[in-house]
Amino acid sequence: MTTAGASNSSAGKDIAVYGCLLALAGIQFLIAYSDITASQMFVRMLIVAMVEAGVALLFFMHLWENRGLKWFVIIFTVAVILGMQYGWTDSFRLSNGVPWAK
Amino acid sequence: MSQADLSIHAQVSRSEATEVMTAPTFSVPAKKMAMWLFIIADSATFAGCLVAYGFIRNASANWPRPFHGITNVALMTLILLTSSLTMMFAVRHAESGDTAKAFRWTLITAVCGIMFAALHLREWFGMIGEGATLFHNPWGTPLFSSLFFSITGLHLLHVSGGVVALIVVGLRYRGGRYNADDLEITGLYWHFVDLVWMFVVPLVYLLNLAH
Repeated sequence: MTTAGASNSSAGKDIAVYGCLLALAGIQFLIAYSDITASQMFVRMLIVAMVEAGVALLFFMHLWENRGLKWFVIIFTVAVILGMQYGWTDSFRLSNGVPWAK
Repeated sequence: MSQADLSIHAQVSRSEATEVMTAPTFSVPAKKMAMWLFIIADSATFAGCLVAYGFIRNASANWPRPFHGITNVALMTLILLTSSLTMMFAVRHAESGDTAKAFRWTLITAVCGIMFAALHLREWFGMIGEGATLFHNPWGTPLFSSLFFSITGLHLLHVSGGVVALIVVGLRYRGGRYNADDLEITGLYWHFVDLVWMFVVPLVYLLNLAH
């Protein structure tokens, strides 16, 4: 493939990824107006956001091309974010234990 | 083995060891690795803020839903996603050695960042005009305003820093002081700012829409 051909192919791939990200962002906005509970909305939006972030990481930030770095970033980031989730049970305890709780 | 053979063997071993010591981690240049480590650390900062936001939102009784429309936030999202694409174009042109086009796309990315910041400030001033401040808001618990301005402010700070970085790195790249790798590393930061926004929009804006 010539340099111009390779450049056009890369630009086409970038535009396809951009379209995919726009579509995922659009899905988040649709979920916001759907008739579901707040917790269902939260879970669905979070899943879409994670897919969106994954696409951006893999293709815009070139993680797809570097296997070692990909796993390094995934393991470090997921470990840190999972470590932060310990507080949720306390959050629910607060909402059930405060004077205005039923 | 003669003394000469031993000497040659020692030299070869030393050069192999030096190669191992200087080989970049994960085949990534040191500058890019440093940016990745910064991104991981910064993602922990934003994750901490968003988890704290979720914690407080969950534990607060009268959490307000003050947003009546999505036009502004949708436009901000469109601009930021588009800026990631223009940054990709800048990096692609830099890799192919087209300095003029790479610089032009970098500046377009910076302009997108400025537009995003302007829309963000317009929204802030609108909310301040309705009586929301860092310690008070007219719709419910004051924690809403504190968290809203803190999280979006932290993101806006990153966008502003990114715009300055894009302009400085773009100018130095055009002047020949920086190369395509430097532009790509700045691009990594810009994509990260975009990536954070993908979580801020649903959690801070869309879950607080007035229905």
